[in-house]
Amino acid sequence: MNKASAVAPQDTADKPVTGPFTGNEAIARGVWEAGVKVAAAYPGTPSTEIMENVAKYPAEDLHAQWSTNEKTALDTAIGGSFAGVRSFAAMKHVGMNVASDALMSFSYIGVNAGLVVLVCDDPGIHSSQNEQDTRVFAGFAQVPVIEPSDGQEALDFTKYAFDLSEKFETPVIVRATTRLSHTRSEVKVGARVEPDDKGFDENPSKNVMVPMNARRQHPVVLKRTDDIAVELAEGPLTQVEIRGGKLGGKVGVITMAMSYVYVKEVMGDVSVLKLAGSYPLSESHIRKFTDQFERIIVVEELEPVVENALKIMGIAVEGKSLFPRIGEFSPEIVREGFVKAGLLEEKKHKGAFDLAPMARPPVLCSGCPHTSCYMALRALDARVAGDIGCYTLAVAQPLEAIDTCVSMGSSIANAVGMAKAGTETKPIIATIGDSTFLHSGIPPLIDAVYNNANITVFLLDNHITAMTGGQEHPGTGITLRGEKTAKVDYTQLIKALGVEWVETVDSYDMASMYQSLREAVEFKGVSVVISDRPCVLDPVKIKGQAFTVDQEKCVACQSCMNLGCPALTWSEGWYEGRHKVEIDPQSCMGCSICAQICPTDSIAL
Amino acid sequence: MAEKKNGPTNVLIVGVGGQGVIMVSKVLAMLCQNHGYEVKQSEVHGMAKRGGGVFSHVRFGSSVWSPTIPVGEADVLVALEWAEALRWINYMNPQTGTFIADTQKIVPPFACRVRDRGADAMYSEETPAEIMENVRAGYAMDATSIAEDLGNLKAANTVLLGALSNSLEFSVDAWLEVIRSFVPPKSIDINMEAFAKGREWAQAGPKRVDENAKGRGVSGRDLHKQVETKLEITEEWCKGCDICVKMCPERCLRLNDQLISELHKPDACTGCRMCEWLCPDFAIKITNTPIMEPAE
Repeated sequence: MNKASAVAPQDTADKPVTGPFTGNEAIARGVWEAGVKVAAAYPGTPSTEIMENVAKYPAEDLHAQWSTNEKTALDTAIGGSFAGVRSFAAMKHVGMNVASDALMSFSYIGVNAGLVVLVCDDPGIHSSQNEQDTRVFAGFAQVPVIEPSDGQEALDFTKYAFDLSEKFETPVIVRATTRLSHTRSEVKVGARVEPDDKGFDENPSKNVMVPMNARRQHPVVLKRTDDIAVELAEGPLTQVEIRGGKLGGKVGVITMAMSYVYVKEVMGDVSVLKLAGSYPLSESHIRKFTDQFERIIVVEELEPVVENALKIMGIAVEGKSLFPRIGEFSPEIVREGFVKAGLLEEKKHKGAFDLAPMARPPVLCSGCPHTSCYMALRALDARVAGDIGCYTLAVAQPLEAIDTCVSMGSSIANAVGMAKAGTETKPIIATIGDSTFLHSGIPPLIDAVYNNANITVFLLDNHITAMTGGQEHPGTGITLRGEKTAKVDYTQLIKALGVEWVETVDSYDMASMYQSLREAVEFKGVSVVISDRPCVLDPVKIKGQAFTVDQEKCVACQSCMNLGCPALTWSEGWYEGRHKVEIDPQSCMGCSICAQICPTDSIAL
Repeated sequence: MAEKKNGPTNVLIVGVGGQGVIMVSKVLAMLCQNHGYEVKQSEVHGMAKRGGGVFSHVRFGSSVWSPTIPVGEADVLVALEWAEALRWINYMNPQTGTFIADTQKIVPPFACRVRDRGADAMYSEETPAEIMENVRAGYAMDATSIAEDLGNLKAANTVLLGALSNSLEFSVDAWLEVIRSFVPPKSIDINMEAFAKGREWAQAGPKRVDENAKGRGVSGRDLHKQVETKLEITEEWCKGCDICVKMCPERCLRLNDQLISELHKPDACTGCRMCEWLCPDFAIKITNTPIMEPAE
C-alpha cells in the first residue's frame, strides 16, 4: 500500500504551489515527493540550498541532516538504502571526489531501497576550484546519470531517478549545474508518495564487498548498465524532436541538460535528440536517430562525454570542434558554434559601448573575523597554506596572505609536507576554517602530531559554514533543522589528538592574537591557535556603531587600507600625495580592527 | 515597450552584493508569473555575496528557453550601482533597450590599491551624461539620495522599480501589490512613495540625467605627483626591534643578517613616514623632495 503524506508546508489547501522555484527548490521538492526518508549533504555552492529546502518539509516525513563531509553524507544515505527506505545525498561536483570511494563500491553492491546522489557541477567556475564534469564520474563508477534542463525537469527527473534506482538496483546520479540550480521558474508539483519500507536486506554476499563478492558483482554491473541504457532511451525522459524545414534530413542535434535550452533558443527548427542523460547510452537507439541525418552535431557543456561515446560506436559526429570544452555555455556561445558549423548567419553581438569595466573581485566582509588573522600572518611573514572557505579571499590584494590552496582540508597536510621538505626558512602556518576542519582537517592534524611536524595550525572558528551562506555544523551545536545537539569542543578535541600547544584567541584583539601567533610559531612541534569570533553575516548579521576617521589626524599611510575592508575607502583629502581614508557608516559594523592598527590614532568611534 | 519582438522580454538587473539585486528580480519574476507569463529568473550567487558583482536575468513571455539573456538583447538594464551598469551595458539591445541606473558609486577596496603618488581610485571614468548620449532611452538617477530623502536608503531599489515600471506593461497597482508582499511591513509606506518617485522621475522623457548626482566616490586633484623619496637608516642606532618591519604598510623593510633594518623593496616605498615616526631609536629618516613644481 502506498501512503500519501500530509501536504508540504508550501502547499495550501488543494491547490499545488507552482513556484517560482529555483532548480534546487525543485530538486528538494522531488526528493520529498519521491518519499525519501533519509537525506544528507555537506554544503557546497551551487548545491547548498537543496538540503536547506529538503529540511523545510516535515520532520515526520523525512530525516534531513548536514554531514561533516560528502562521504559521510553518501554513506549515511547508503545506510538508509540498506535499511530499506529511499535515501538521498546532495553535493557539489568536487564533493563527489570526496564521496567517490563509497560510490565506487556501492555501485557494485547496488541498492536495496532507491538511492539518488545529486551532484551540482559548476561550469564556468563561478564558485569552485575547478570545473570537473560529473558525467565522467558516472561512467567511471558505472552509475547512470540523468540531467534535467529546467526547474520542472529538476523535480520530475529527481522523482524518476528513484524508480530507476529501484528497478535496476543501482545508485543513480542526478546532475545539475549552477545555472539550473540558481534559475527560478514555474514548477508544477505533486503529492508525496511513500513506498512501503523494505526493511533491512539480510544478504551479506551482496552487501559485504569482499573480493569474492565483488568479482561476482562486476559482470552484474556491466549487464545492468546495458539494460539501463535501453530503459533510458525508451523511457519518458528521452525526447526525439524531428523537424522538417531546410535542415530536415540534413542535420540532427544530440544534446541534454542546459545545453538543450540553448539549442532551442538559437536553433528553433532543428531536429533534436534530447538525452535523458549522458551515461549509459544505447547504441541501437542512438543510431535510430543518427541514421536519419547527414550531419550529427553534439552540443554538451564541458567534457565531450557523449561525443566520445558516439565516436567509439563509430558514428561520425561533430562536437568540440564547434563548441568549447571550457566554461559555461550561453546562447551566444551555442550560437557561435552553429555559425562555425555553417548553419546560422553570423550575428554581431558587440554592443555600442567600448568600455573597460572596473574590477570588483569579491572581498572579505566589513568586520570579517578572518581579516585581522591574515593581517597578523602578513606581519609574521609566514608561509601560509590556505584552505577552502571565505578566507581563501585573503590571497587577493591588498592582504596577499595565502600561498597555497588545493582542496577541502588540504592545508594542514600541505604544511606538514612543506615542513618535512626542510627548505623553508619562514614559519609554516596552515589556516583552516571550522567547517573545513571538521570536513577533512582532523586526519591531517593527527598526521602532523604523529610525525612531529614543526607547523602551526591556525583554526579560524567563525562558528558557521560561511562561504556557502551560513550553514550549521557539528561545531555550532545546532542541527540542519535548528535543534540543539552536541557541540564539538575544539580545544579538547585537538588536545586529545596529542597537540601540546593550543591557545584560543579573539581575532578582534589584534595585539594578543599576534602575540599568541608569535609564541605558537616559536614552539617546536605542532601548535594550534584557535581564533574564536563569529561570522558577521551568519547566523545573525552583526552591526555595531560605525567608526570614523579624523581627517585632520590621518596621514594617509594606508595601513588600514591593507585590510581590504569594504567599509574603508579613499576620501577627498590628500596627505603628501596619497588619499586619506574615510569609513562608510552603512557598511562599517564596528569591529575596531582598523582603529587598532592605525599608527596615528585617527580612527575612533 | 517601444517595439516588441516575438521572443521573450528581457530585463537584466545588476548591482553589488548586498544591494538587493535578487530581491528586485524576485519582485519582477513574481509580477510576470502573476500575469500568466512563463518566467525564468537566473542568478549566480556564492562568491558574489562578498562585495562582488551580482547579476540576475529575468526573461518572460509565452515561452522562454534560455534562462540567460543573449548579449545585446536586454530590453531593459536596471543597475543598482554605476560601475555595474557600465559592466553590463553591452547586454542591452542597442536599438530598443532602455538603460536605468542608480548613479551611486560603491568604490571597492580593490580600486584603491595603487599607492603611487597622486594615484586616484580606479573607478570607471564614464559619467552619466556621456553614457546617456549614446543610449536610445535611459535614466541615470540618484535613486539612493531619493530614497535617503524619504528616510530609508534601502528603498533605492524600489525607486528604480518605479522607473522600470514605465518600460513594462504592468499596471501600477499590480506592481505595488507585489512590492508590498516583499518588503517588511513597517517600510511599506516608504516603498510605495519610493516607487511613485521613481516612476514620476522617469516620466520626464526618454532620457534624463540627474545633474546633482552625488554618489559616494573619489575624485580630486593632487599636487604632489612628482616627489623623490629617500629612506635612510642609521645602522648604529638600530637595535633590530622589528617595529618598522611589522608596521610598514607596504612591507618594504626587513631585518638583514645582522638584524638591522633595511629597505629591500625601494620601489614599493611610498614615503609615508610610518617607520620614521614609529622607530623608538630615531634610526630612520625619510626625505620627500619635490622634483618638479606642483602643476598650476
